[in-house]
Amino acid sequence: MKNKDIIKYLFSFILLLGAGNHVLSRTIYAGAGQSYPTIKSAIDACEPGDTLVITEGLYKEGNLIIDKPVFITGRGMPVLDGEKKYEVISVKSSNVTIKGLHIRNSGQGTLDDPGGIKVYDAVNVIIEDNELRDNFFGIYIQYGKNCIIRNNIIKASQKEEYRSGNGIHCWKSDSLQITGNRIEGHRDGIYFEFVTHSVIWRNISWYNLRYGLHFMFSNDDAYISNYFKNNGAGVAVMFTRRVVMMNNTFEENWGDAAYGALFKEISDCYLSGNKFIRNTTGLFLDGSSRIRMERNLFLTNGWGMRIQASCIDNIISANNFIANTFDVTTNGSLTLNKFDENYWDKYEGYDLDKNGIGDVPYRPLSLYSVIVEKNPPAMLLYRSFMTSLLDKSEKLLPSLTPENFVDNNPRMKPYTL
Amino acid sequence: MRKVLKYVSLDILKNNIVFAYAIMLALFSWSAFGLEDNASKGILTVLNIILLTVPLVSVLFATIYVYNSSEFIELLVSHPVKRGMIWKALFTGLSSSLALAYLLGAGIPILLFADFYTAVMMIVTGIFLSVIFVAIAFLSSILTRDKAKGIGISVLLWLYFSLLFDGLVLFLFFQFADYPIEKAVVVLSALSPVDLCRILILLHLDVSAMLGHTGAVFKNFFGTDWGLILSFTILTLWVVIPFAISLKKFKRKDL
Repeated sequence: MKNKDIIKYLFSFILLLGAGNHVLSRTIYAGAGQSYPTIKSAIDACEPGDTLVITEGLYKEGNLIIDKPVFITGRGMPVLDGEKKYEVISVKSSNVTIKGLHIRNSGQGTLDDPGGIKVYDAVNVIIEDNELRDNFFGIYIQYGKNCIIRNNIIKASQKEEYRSGNGIHCWKSDSLQITGNRIEGHRDGIYFEFVTHSVIWRNISWYNLRYGLHFMFSNDDAYISNYFKNNGAGVAVMFTRRVVMMNNTFEENWGDAAYGALFKEISDCYLSGNKFIRNTTGLFLDGSSRIRMERNLFLTNGWGMRIQASCIDNIISANNFIANTFDVTTNGSLTLNKFDENYWDKYEGYDLDKNGIGDVPYRPLSLYSVIVEKNPPAMLLYRSFMTSLLDKSEKLLPSLTPENFVDNNPRMKPYTL
Repeated sequence: MRKVLKYVSLDILKNNIVFAYAIMLALFSWSAFGLEDNASKGILTVLNIILLTVPLVSVLFATIYVYNSSEFIELLVSHPVKRGMIWKALFTGLSSSLALAYLLGAGIPILLFADFYTAVMMIVTGIFLSVIFVAIAFLSSILTRDKAKGIGISVLLWLYFSLLFDGLVLFLFFQFADYPIEKAVVVLSALSPVDLCRILILLHLDVSAMLGHTGAVFKNFFGTDWGLILSFTILTLWVVIPFAISLKKFKRKDL
């Protein structure tokens, strides 16, 4: 035999070995009329790498612990009920997939935070196409890595903030993918604490008690094309660095302390293509620095953007500000941020050289927004002739508003976003 | 009454000013909605027209009209008609024609361009403002026999309600900034019909902002059904009280 042939045979032998592994893995059925009537007994019978098919039916088996790498799938959405007492599924092994289950009524408790599906210290866990109803926490991942949470429907009707859990709760994890989930009625829709290198993509998070999305100490993440509507306080990104936020929609977050998005103590972030629509405050920035914002839309908000004087070196360019009551406001006289080439629908300047950029700088901070910031009841006088006059004269000769709070190149026409 | 009303209405129609007023309003509003690139800015322009021009035209036209028809009134008094009836007919004729002019001039474009609830609120408050300022005109024209003085009083009242009042309230805001004055402000706003109308429209126009900090206080008050009923009751009182005083004075007046 030639050397070449030996390599060929060796190679095919290795391939065969790999295939053999697959041949050895079994499919186990659990459910009424199957060889394993309970899920627990079926899990006990499983070897690593087996597939466990749970057939249609109602299962009340308390806490199910998955401690070996198995592929669990439901046939006809079997219902796993935690009877408001137990954590339904606890994943304590890596390489587990959970698919097509209906999980409901997990136990409640703020001491051990029981969840519908809770992942403990595992790698490569996939949770997809499940329906989670009325659980305390929906999906809970702690110390997870490379986990995927995809296309789940997570719904609860929790009443009080202090006695409720989050829809998707991730803690001390890395490289997660959270995609295409719908979350409703939890405390926070998606909660991130100490989670890094993760992506949140195409989720719908609405009607949650507190935040649609809550970021704490989670660096190097991205959330893209999500839809947040009517959450108690919008979306909060806090104490975090290097987060990318793109093409999200923040809509109808109404109330005194509600913001489309709230940024607190964050830095080096990038925002693009986001839409802030009909919020009391579209975007609130406090103590945030080096954030680049471009091509976002602020439409019909009470306050488009509130940028506190504690923010520095942010660049806000090429955004559309349309039909907001106040486009921008701040709480101090110091301005260390740059506004450039935005479109402001309240701009009244002209463009003689027809280059699309207004020849007169625009001061987005109206006098009245400063007055209202200091003296909120004055809002009642808004749009009266007197206040319009004050605003007009302030625009010509700024005295109360910061001199350098200015967009030197205001666009004449809105950007097509 | 019907006969007197008929004569008054015919006379107002013959006098083309109300027509011109309607056309002016229409031109204003159509151009406001046509020139601005979005409807909400058009609404703001029209809002300013409602809050400034409508009261001004109503109060001036009504005052001058009442003075000019003094001979007609004297003539009617010599006939077997009740005095109160003459005054009421005159008031109904004037206010309905001015309200109609507003409805046709500004109402149609508003209804077409603004969203329905805002539009309804703007139309209703505009009509109220027309009628309220006709009532104020009746009061000021009965206070004095001197035409120049009467018109002067009317214009001053308009200035007070449209411009001065807001300035005073703003001044109070700054003086009492450290106190919880939200509730007091709600009461204060009832003292000017122009302000009350502005707030009612504001709650629809700037709904997002009004849901903010103190806005919530106002929204909870004016935005509820009871708040609306109360606001419109106050607006009605603004019609009834000045007119009732003028009616009482007219009945006893030596013409």
